This record gives sequence, C-alpha cells and structure tokens, in this order.
Amino acid sequence: MTTKLFGEPIARREDARLIVGKGRYLDDIGHGALGVAFVRSPHANARILDIDVSAAVEVAGVHAIYSYEDLDGAMAQPLPVLIPHPSLTAPRTGYPLANGSVSHVGEPIVMVVADDRYLAEDAAERIVVDYEFRTPVVGVEAAERADSAVHEDIPDNVAARLVQEFGDVDAALLQAPHTVSFTQTIERSASMPLEGKGVHARWDAVDESLRVYTSTQTSTSVRAAIATKLDLSLDRVEVIAPDVGGGFGVKIVHPWPEELLIPWAAIRLGREVKWAEDRREHFVSSAHERGQLQRITAGYDDEGRLLALDAHILHDHGAYTPYGIVVPIITSTQLLGPYRLANYRCQVDSVYTNTVIVTPYRGAGRPQGCFAMERTMDRVADDLGLDRAAVREINLIRADEFPWDNHLIFQDGRPLIYDSGDYPSMLDKLRDLVGWEGFEARRSAAAADGRWLGIGMALYVEGTGVGPYEGGHVQVLPSGKVLVSTGLTSQGQGHETAFAQIVAEELGVPIEDIEVHTGDTRRFAYAVGTFASRAAVMSGNAVALAARAVREKALRIAAEVLEVDAADLDIVDGVVGVRGDPGAVLPLSSVAVLSNPLRYAFDEASRAATQFARFASDDQPPVADDDEPGLEGRDYYSPVRSTFASGAHAVIVEVDPGTCAVTIEKYAVVHDCGRLINPRIVEGQIHGGVAQGVGGALYEVMAYDETGQLQNASFMDFLMPYVSEVPQRIDIGHQETPSPLNPLGIKGAGEAGVIPGSAAIAAALEDALGIRITSMPLGPSQIYDLIRAAQDGTAEMTLNSARRSQEEST
Amino acid sequence: MSGEEQFVVSLSVNGTRRPVTVPARRLLSDALRHDLELTGTHVGCEHGVCGACTVLLDGVPVRSCLMFAVQAEHHEVTTVEGLADADGRLHPVQEAFRDCHGLQCGFCTPGFLTTIAAALEDYPPGASISADEAREILGGNLCRCTGYQNIVKAVGRAQEIRTQRAGLSGDEATDRDST
Repeated sequence: MTTKLFGEPIARREDARLIVGKGRYLDDIGHGALGVAFVRSPHANARILDIDVSAAVEVAGVHAIYSYEDLDGAMAQPLPVLIPHPSLTAPRTGYPLANGSVSHVGEPIVMVVADDRYLAEDAAERIVVDYEFRTPVVGVEAAERADSAVHEDIPDNVAARLVQEFGDVDAALLQAPHTVSFTQTIERSASMPLEGKGVHARWDAVDESLRVYTSTQTSTSVRAAIATKLDLSLDRVEVIAPDVGGGFGVKIVHPWPEELLIPWAAIRLGREVKWAEDRREHFVSSAHERGQLQRITAGYDDEGRLLALDAHILHDHGAYTPYGIVVPIITSTQLLGPYRLANYRCQVDSVYTNTVIVTPYRGAGRPQGCFAMERTMDRVADDLGLDRAAVREINLIRADEFPWDNHLIFQDGRPLIYDSGDYPSMLDKLRDLVGWEGFEARRSAAAADGRWLGIGMALYVEGTGVGPYEGGHVQVLPSGKVLVSTGLTSQGQGHETAFAQIVAEELGVPIEDIEVHTGDTRRFAYAVGTFASRAAVMSGNAVALAARAVREKALRIAAEVLEVDAADLDIVDGVVGVRGDPGAVLPLSSVAVLSNPLRYAFDEASRAATQFARFASDDQPPVADDDEPGLEGRDYYSPVRSTFASGAHAVIVEVDPGTCAVTIEKYAVVHDCGRLINPRIVEGQIHGGVAQGVGGALYEVMAYDETGQLQNASFMDFLMPYVSEVPQRIDIGHQETPSPLNPLGIKGAGEAGVIPGSAAIAAALEDALGIRITSMPLGPSQIYDLIRAAQDGTAEMTLNSARRSQEEST
Repeated sequence: MSGEEQFVVSLSVNGTRRPVTVPARRLLSDALRHDLELTGTHVGCEHGVCGACTVLLDGVPVRSCLMFAVQAEHHEVTTVEGLADADGRLHPVQEAFRDCHGLQCGFCTPGFLTTIAAALEDYPPGASISADEAREILGGNLCRCTGYQNIVKAVGRAQEIRTQRAGLSGDEATDRDST
C-alpha cells in the first residue's frame, strides 16, 4: 500500500489558498455586478397597504425596483415547504417578496437593483411602505395562549403537533416509586457564520443558461429550486457553492428569497446581479434555532432507573415552516440519549411566532433533547441523593446490546436504531478525564476559601450520516492527476483533505496528485447537501466506492498490458506493479491513456492509445460492451439508516460570588464517531462545537421585545464568544466504535461538540450555586438574580445543597 | 452613474501605489475588495466588532470597515495578500495557521493573520509568547469555527518559526553549519 493516510492528522490542503487571501467567497465574485438592497419589514405583524417607490426611482444608478406585483409564474407562489411531514398540518411559507402582509421583522418587501450596494441602499431608504399593524405574537407561551394569531387562518398558532411514543407512559408513571415534574426553557440562538448569505447570478442570453453562485450548504437542491421557480430546464442552470464562510445549518435552508430573486433579476436585466447579506440582515432575515419550553415528568425507582418519561415541548418555529419540523423530530427522538427506557412519550407543539424562521443550527434540536434528558438525570440524582454519574450509569444501554431499537422514526423517515457504541466505557473515560471522583474534596476545599466550584456532565447520542445518498466521482487524467468530485458542499470541514485521504489510500496514489471538488453542479449533479454531520459518512463512503471502481479498472487494464493476473497487481504511489516483480510496472497515468482508445494523438503519451499503436484483440471492439472509455468511476453511497455517534462532556465551573462571572476551569470531552479519517480535523470540529455550546449556555440569546423587534441584532449586542469566553483548554478523549453500516466504519462528527454544552454547564452551575437551574443561557445578571432570590428564600434550592449544609453543620 | 462627487485617491497597498476613484463614503474595505480586487480582506459585520476586515495601516491593525478609502491616502496599507515575502515564502503566522489547523472556513482568518503579524513585531525572535499573551492578542477577533484553541497555539508556533528563521538566516547559523 501507499503511505497510510486514512486516520492520519495531516495538515489541511485547502489552507494553502485560504491563508494567503486567495479563497473565493461569494462576495469575492463578480466585481462588475449590479448591487442589491432590500426594503425589509420593520414590523413583526402587519398588512401592507401601499408601497410608494416614486422617490427611489429618482436615485441615479438605480436599474430596477421590484415588489410582489412584479413577480410572475411560480415566483408569485409561496416558497416551498421543503420537508413535508404528516404532523405538519398547518404549514406556512412566505413569498420571495411579501404578498400583502409581513409576519416578522426583516421579511423582504421590495428589491432594489442599482450600480452598487451603496446606491441600492440610498434608493431603498426612499421607499415608503404603509402598514396596518396587527398584534405580534412573541414567545411560545403567547403563541400557546393564542390571544392573537401569526397567520389569521391558523388561530391556534400550531403548525404541527408531533407525538413520539412507545410503551405505556401513563401507567408507568402511576406505578413508579418516584416521580418528578418540572418546566425548563432554552433560549434562541443562531448559526451566525462569519460570512452571511450571498448570491451572484449571470445569465448568458445567447446560450440561454444561468450560472448562480450562492453561499449554500446544498448547491444541487438550490439548482432544482431555481429551475422550478424560474421555469428553466434543469440543464440550463448551474449552481456553485464557492468557498463558504461557515454555515452551521442556516445555509441548508433554500431557496432563500434572494436565491430566486437574484437570478430572476439577472435574467430580466441581462446583467450580472449580486447580493451579499449584511450582518443586520442576517440577524433579522436568516434563521434562528433552539427556543423551546419543556414540561417534563419522569418516573423512576429507588436506584434511579428511569421507568417513564413524558415530555411536552413547545417549540418556537418563528413565522414560517420552510424546513418542515426537522428540529422537533430530532429533539423528540434524540432526547432519549444513550439510555434504556421502556415508556416514553414526547409531544412537540410547534408554534408560530412573529419572529425569524427557526431551522436547524448545528445540533438541530439535539441540544434541547439532551437538555431535557440530562437535566432529568440530574433531578433524579438530586431527589434520591445519588451520584449523578451513577444514575446515568445504571440507565445506560450496554455495549453488548447493539443494535438497539428505540422503536421510533428518526428524521430520515427510518427506524431509530443505534448501530453501535460503548456508552459505559465512554462514561468511565469521562469520569477519569475530568476527575469526577475526587471533585467533592476539591469543592469543599475551594468553598472553605470562599470559592464556588461546580461540576456537571451530559451525555448524548447523535444520529449522523442521514440519507438518502451522496455520490462520488474519481477520474485519473492522462497527466496522472486524480480528480475527485462530490456534490455536497464545504463550509470549512476540510473535505478537500479528508476525501483526498480516503481516495489516496483506496487508490494507492500520492495525495499530492489528488484534487477534490465539492458543491459544483457542473462537476457532480446529484447530491443532497452538507448537514446533520453527514458529509464524511455519505461522501466519504461514496468517493471510497468510486475509488475502488477506478482501482479495479486500472488493475484490469494493467493486467492486460503486463500480461499478468490482476490479482497479482497492486498500486503503490500511483504506479501499478506486479507484487514481487519490481520490473513490471505501469504508471496510472499510462493506464489512463490506454483506457481511452484514440484516433488522434495530441502528444507523445497519447500515441500509445491510438488505433495503430494500442494493444487490442482484432475480435473485440476497442471499448467493450460493458466498458466505458476513461479511467474513472462513479458510485453512490445510500445508507439503510443513520449511524449513531455518541459523546460525553463534563465541565468544572467557578462562579465569582462578587461579580457572578462564570469561569470554565475544565472542559472534558469523550467522543466516539467511529473510525477517524483525520483526528486533527475531528478535534477542530469538537473545539468549534464546544465554543458554540459555551456561547449557547452562557451568552447567546435572541432578545426579542414584546413587539417582535430583535433588540440585539448586531455583533455588539449578540454575545458570541471571543477567545476570552471559551475554555482555555479542551481535554478530548477519543473512543472508536466503528459503524457496521458503511464500508469505512465512520460516523459523523460535525455537530457533536455543541450538543451537551447547555446541559453540562447548567448542571455545573446548579452544582456550584445549589440553586435549581431551569433556564439557559445563564449570564452573570441571571446568576445574580438567582443568588438574590436564594437569599430571599424565593429560589428553589437543590436537595443536594441542603444535604451539604447539613453535613457542614454536623 | 450617480451624481456623487468622486475622489481620486492614491492608495499604497502591499508596497504598490494604486489609484482608485471613489466617493467619499466608500469604505476602505470595499475599495480594497471591489476596486483593487484584493478580496483576501473579508467583511463580517461592517461595524468593527468581528475583526475579519483587519488590515495594517503603517503596520498597525485597523478595521478597514471603519475607515473610508480616502482616509487611507498617505498611509501604507498591508492586507493578507501582502504578508508573504515577495518570493512567496509564507509569513510565519501563515505557516503556523496551517501547521496548527488554525482555520476552518477561513473567512475570519485574514483578520487574525494581520492582527497577529503586527503583534509579533512586539516580540523579538527568541522571546516566547505565553498562551495568556496570545489570548490577549486575539481578544478582538471573532471566529465561529475553531473555538480559538488552535489559533492560540498558532501564535506560539508563529513565534517559534520566527525564531527558527532568525537562527538560520544569520551569521551564527552559517557558523554552526560549517562546524
């Protein structure tokens, strides 16, 4: 074999261009393009009475001003409901430009196209829209009360009522020796990539074809959406995701209004048109996630075995449901975590509010599910006076119990069956890594010094690598260069490196010869997209299968030329050779030449493939019936169901009694994503996920006021972690339980780091303060309020804190 | 075209003087990116908070989204494209980011690279930079991908590379090699 590459922490190949300023992000394309600005709704719930553009058309440099009345054909129809589901009984989507009403601040109403963005904004400012105000619905409890409606014809504000259930929860709760009921909330946050969305479109009137660049997580599906909405034949549309400056979920939603409007305008105007979202636009017109209110009842026995869990969740869906109820489905299924449970019911009421749409953000409903289950575990332990790790341990699915069928349907429409894992071992590793056992002594010692320390943990299982499929194409050029292509997109995950590692190892070529392309419909037209920690599993396996096909063909051709049995051949460093015979070799580049029978020679190398030079039987056609010219292969990986990664985080926090500032003293992660392609990239993914988890636990909220105005729609006020807010060190322990479901044995890793953040940090803060934590995130102001409430006797203290006080007094 | 008054500004960027014709309100970031087509400088928030657009003005980090292009005349601007040597040898901080996996999507990276490149000048080769000092250097730049762990490491690594380069390029290194 060639040098081992699968599993090696090699440096990333994409970095070469990114560190010298040669990345090509959306707004780096099309310097001559016309610029676009939108008039967006300043009101959360209103009817549009009139739009006056007369002052705007006077602005020099304006090319066009469009509102709903200008839209034609399918463009005048509502945007698609991308993922229909039987429980989504009242779906609602907006229009590319508002059709008579607006349902959240930021909804696009008028589009201005001008020489550049400056002038487009000048004109947009001069457009006057008259509104008739309606009462906004803000927050899930207001939505549930339904005193007013987001959409007039959906008076209860309920988009979907999803029930996931097995066993007999009511009976089990009645019989359980102990029960606990509580309500908790988790706030809205958002993906917030450093690069906002953006679209560039160029129409070739002679060729009647459209090229669209968009900062997306799914170029193939944007392509289909544009073709459908603009009534173009699919073959006339190409969509390319260039370098994308982060996604984290928000860019999987499509088609965004702008992804349709920019190409639509480019065709109408016969000009290149570009829109690059600014930060405020991103806050008020992209997507948020997380916001839920959870009412939980759990039944358990004396040892802390969970006997039944009943969860009723209010999920804030924002104003529309373009991405269906994927987040509620994930919350209600992934809530189960690594635990055995016989009786379960989860009802998620997905309610409309007059706020930005809610669609997946890294973790996609899992952090909320984890928050529900892990905080339940903490409650059980507190009630029984048991160690929190021990309560988790007694409930874990054992390593010899896989596959474990949860008897629910997952987000891919397939059974929720855990394929493999070793949760008890993971928990053991975590306890060691964080120093769980010795912590009580540390806490007491710190407390004696007036320092408040707390420890918490949270475990999760993450369904990754959801179908339906991805494909890969591998082609060896006569130059020896190996082109690898897959349709899904990249937003920083290092696909150019990881997929090259896979192909280098499968094919036996130097990684330097490999060039990987993603997210370009010209190169690979069939794909789903990059989300749900699926790229490595899906495209990783697809390119591996394609590489194996190329290898097989290369060996077949080389066997003919070298007149040996293909089984005696191997490919090392891009050269086919006979094992044990250093003399008999044929470079892959030569095999590539020979794979394509030629009439015309363009250079010395290609002469070998021409009809008077090429070895061939006179009785056979130059290309056999079951063969194709070229040394290339294409294959697809389509899993029967998702593969389930797992992990466990533990955190030690210190709360400053004076300032209520929270310091993360230690953050430990044990992570199992099956076989690692590149440990360095996986660790990077975990680092980033943990930082987002910390942000979600301590800082990030979407501060909507009662009128539906987002009060903190800027990086000044929405507190994303800087380096000063993240743990100074993240201790990572890997565990590798290969997936039996795919050829490479891998599981996804992209979202893992963020999932247990809020649950683990809430547990640690509760442990430090002795005050019950029921709402996240928790910043210093909220901690101060809790401490004051505790002093006033109005806060709920944990039973454990009472036990500690008792121990201290005796 | 617009009726806005246009100004011809001579910008000195990465050692090359280039004229641009811009209205007074044109941001330096936009002039660099769209007039000079130096798109390595990125814009993440347009109000000076994220640091993605950081360039060096006479060697000092500034937010190019908080400056007008016309204000940059008579100053020397360095963008990420100007960090490497003329012969293409990477700046130590660029090499360090690659060595340490200090970037993922790469969008915020140019702002970090310019910021760190300027900060390194405060440390002579051979001097060490502690993790706390590194965090201080990075304190004003946002990254959503990396959790900063490897960026902190990259600061130390960049200083190591500077030290190595200083050690190898001087007479002392030549002497060592000859003995």
